[in-house]
Amino acid sequence: MMRGWQRSDGRKGIRNVVAVAYLVECAHHVARQIASTDPEGAHVIGFPGCFPNDYAQRVMERLCTHPNVGAVLLVSLGCESFNRYQLEQVVHDTGRPVKVLTIQSDGGTRASIASGRDWVAQQIAGLAAQPTVPMRVDELVVGTVCGGSDGTSGITGNPAAGLAFDRLVAGGATCIFEETGELIGCEAIMEARAATPELAAELRASVEKAARYYATLGYGSFAPGNADGGLSTIEEKSLGAYMKSGQSVISGLIKPGDIPPRGGLYLMDVVPDGEVRFGFPNISDNAEIVEMMASGAHVTLFVTGRGSVVGSAISPVIKIAANPHMYRRLADDMDVNAGRILEGEATLAEVGDEIYQKVLAIASGAKSRSEDLGHQEFILTYKSFEPIGPACLPV
Amino acid sequence: MPRSDTDPRLMLLSPGDSVYVLRDQIAAGETILVQGRKVAISAALGLGHKIARAALRPGDKVLKYGAPIGSASAPIAPGDHVHTHNLKSDYTATHTLEAARANAGEKS
Repeated sequence: MMRGWQRSDGRKGIRNVVAVAYLVECAHHVARQIASTDPEGAHVIGFPGCFPNDYAQRVMERLCTHPNVGAVLLVSLGCESFNRYQLEQVVHDTGRPVKVLTIQSDGGTRASIASGRDWVAQQIAGLAAQPTVPMRVDELVVGTVCGGSDGTSGITGNPAAGLAFDRLVAGGATCIFEETGELIGCEAIMEARAATPELAAELRASVEKAARYYATLGYGSFAPGNADGGLSTIEEKSLGAYMKSGQSVISGLIKPGDIPPRGGLYLMDVVPDGEVRFGFPNISDNAEIVEMMASGAHVTLFVTGRGSVVGSAISPVIKIAANPHMYRRLADDMDVNAGRILEGEATLAEVGDEIYQKVLAIASGAKSRSEDLGHQEFILTYKSFEPIGPACLPV
Repeated sequence: MPRSDTDPRLMLLSPGDSVYVLRDQIAAGETILVQGRKVAISAALGLGHKIARAALRPGDKVLKYGAPIGSASAPIAPGDHVHTHNLKSDYTATHTLEAARANAGEKS
């Protein structure tokens, strides 16, 4: 039975953690030390930069009011540009407990850690007493990413995740797929699935933007391990990655931090707008997971062929092994072995069902492998976006 | 095309594809059947790698999943390993660590 914690904005969380957020790298150590006494109850997130960035501000606001978060401690050095006043207000307006620690005025490292730990311990005790309410499939937001892909990803794990997505979407859930830089070459087949012709044009434009962006940077979204695993080109990797999206109609195009207005399948455009400014769009897989969470993802499906081990702060990650050889090496890290499809031990439909059931189990409180192992990776860097146009969310 | 003409480890993902995908690894020195033709495999191939189904000339589109995954950059014969040495992206070039690995003496 799925259950969740009711939030004031109508959403429900499948976890109820305290977010300990550093607002500049200079406050990272203090934040980490505060959370270290109860790593299951307190999760560290943060932004390392000292210079202001609207995207980072928005993502932090979304994460600190994410349905899986019950209380927020903001850890500031004191002189950084991050608008902690606004972030504190946004969290306060949702009714969540929130406190700002300012290291420069709160007595330095030792005193800040001590007072932060006291506050977090009180919050964890308070959150433990909060009741849960029943939660339905149509209240779930599920993201999907792939990382460490190889030639098996597009044949086993990604299409199996796509089947789970189709079933979730049919049940009214919100599903988000992403990385337009890894959809290069899929423009034509993807735009044919758009809910409206205007949205089709937006989908195509988002991938064309990604192709231009990566061409300027001189590299595709393609790592040497992808080639070791049999993938030769970015468009081959893309066609495999695209399988994660399943077969449903594409209901909209969002950017990181946009919350989909209703159930359905959404593409997230993760490539910045305007001229190439802050480097690679997503410098590693966790940047993608963070953006999924910023758009409300309760849980993220992560398909891997080469073998990623990461999890995430705040939202559980379900790891799906595409490659049966890798699965045997990294079985402890994997929630689902889609490699069985290649060995004739399971059908695509069976693995798709297993992934669907795993989503429901983890939304009901079961721990994913990466949660069990204590993985709470987090990364947030600079980007710049313009708001989405009206054609992106057709009614 | 009768299945027995082609090694069962070679998967065809879409009817018009120019490549097969390996569902299992193939060891160096094996001889495999590709559409009735015997092909000697000189270097070990991992699962997920591709073997040519059709002859391709430089510039020809290479199809997998029924869609182009780039263009041949060298002549390709049926049974050839298709990878970064004879297939190039039509978008951005593929970056590998092959040169660095060769220098370090590590096997891929």
